[in-house]
Amino acid sequence: MGGRVKIALLLAPALVVIGVLFAGGLLAALVQSLGYLPAIGMAEVNLDAYREVLTGEDFLDSLFLTVYVAGASTSAATVLAVLAAMALRRSSGRLAALVFQLPITIPHLVAAVGIALVISQTGLGARLAVTLGLIGEPKDFPVLLYDRYSIGIIVTYVWKETPFIALVVLASLRGVAADLEDVARTLGAGSWQRFWYVVFPVISPGIVAASLIVFSFTFGAFEVPYLLGKTYPTILPVMAYNEYRDIDLSARPVAMAINIVIAAVTAAFAAAYLRLARDLGRG
Amino acid sequence: MARKRGNFGLVLVAALVALPFLPLILWTFAGEWRFPDLLPAEWSLRGVRYLLDPGSGVLLATLTSLLIGASVALASVAVGVPAGMALGGYEWRFKGVVIFFILLPILVPPLASTMGIHLTFIRLGLTDTVFGVFLVHLVPTVPYTAIIMTSIFVERTGELEEVARTLGASPWRTFVHVTLPQIAPGVAVAGLFAFLISWGQYILTLLIGGGNIVTLPMLLFSAASGNDPVITSALALAFAIPAILALIIALRYLKPGEADDGRGLLGLGKVS
Repeated sequence: MGGRVKIALLLAPALVVIGVLFAGGLLAALVQSLGYLPAIGMAEVNLDAYREVLTGEDFLDSLFLTVYVAGASTSAATVLAVLAAMALRRSSGRLAALVFQLPITIPHLVAAVGIALVISQTGLGARLAVTLGLIGEPKDFPVLLYDRYSIGIIVTYVWKETPFIALVVLASLRGVAADLEDVARTLGAGSWQRFWYVVFPVISPGIVAASLIVFSFTFGAFEVPYLLGKTYPTILPVMAYNEYRDIDLSARPVAMAINIVIAAVTAAFAAAYLRLARDLGRG
Repeated sequence: MARKRGNFGLVLVAALVALPFLPLILWTFAGEWRFPDLLPAEWSLRGVRYLLDPGSGVLLATLTSLLIGASVALASVAVGVPAGMALGGYEWRFKGVVIFFILLPILVPPLASTMGIHLTFIRLGLTDTVFGVFLVHLVPTVPYTAIIMTSIFVERTGELEEVARTLGASPWRTFVHVTLPQIAPGVAVAGLFAFLISWGQYILTLLIGGGNIVTLPMLLFSAASGNDPVITSALALAFAIPAILALIIALRYLKPGEADDGRGLLGLGKVS
């Protein structure tokens, strides 16, 4: 009994912080999304905001863009991470750790600004293209910022998140996979066979778990798309923020409804991740 | 042969990682840099002078960022250590649910909850204050300190504590003199992490600080929306300094291989 009280007391501060500031905030968002904002004279509970959001073209455009940006960033980062981890697994652990840790630690905003200065129409890339005689002037260089395909956002995410997935892959490559691969080599398996039948099955649960985190994070992240994205459509968190800042306070429930959608989707991913991580821990 | 290929791969990956820093460094010290020159024609210290000029507000914003980051780090370690002790050191029912709950803000964006709580903060007079910003920064940091400390406590057996208790030490004395020295490196990592996460926050600070609490990312964001690459790059590099310092410290004090034991799966993930 004393043990239980002790555990409750130890957990209390963290539960208060997350419970009040996070869960409380989400609850408030839910209440406001139902149109209940007595402070501005809206005291009726209804589903109008959800109806407006889910049937509106704006929301669907944003949702599509968000899934596209998160999906493209995650897929590209995952493939590159596996390649990078395979290439680096035999090099010095310390150096590889440094190279991979740097993008993880650097704030997203710094990465976004640096990458914008590389890929903009007057950036390093365009300068190099002119020097090599590939293009004549800035407007010949492809538009990679504020563009239809959100290239700038995706490149920034790939730069930031690839190392994160790669570190996870690297850890499992240096473990069991290395021993198994040696066995397979002794048995005469070719390099592709070794990768596909031996290494990949060992590293794939880690890849899936890390990709889930990256997808979920890019789905709900704000800064990079706010800085490098075009004005319409915007990804969902930016759309929620724009609605929230709307002078017309009746847009608030709509902003909150979008927030609830984002929270529901990312919470589902969190649950999937934890289930996977638990199974990994058991296995 | 394999070694050589590994080195080539490392050089390639290192070059890609370094690429965004190249224009940031060049622009920070650029005087005149016309298109399509590959290098600036003239160099200048205008960017550095801007950072150090009291009139630009950069120093004040840096101090504000440091103040908030340090208090957030202290508070979220103070909250995360006991949570980690409960989650890592004991077995009990419903632990999985509590872990899910505490980790949720890592994947469910705190932006959603902060917009929700904004009205309450206005009513309580917490908006436009450093304290209000400090409070919302705890949402993304506490999950990390809690999970890092959990992984530290999982590896401890508690035998030393038992000895201390048997010899008559009080629980508090046992914690201060036995547990704390043992978990100190973990506490340092957790604190550093919390600091970096707080340091990188933009939108939470903007929502609750309402533009009155000016931190470094605020200045960087408005510079990046304008068109002076010298100022933007100088601010971006200044903003990256703590992350680079933290990395150097971590690599100096962590033994090789320690950083990638799979704990990174959640722990050493997203910083900003």
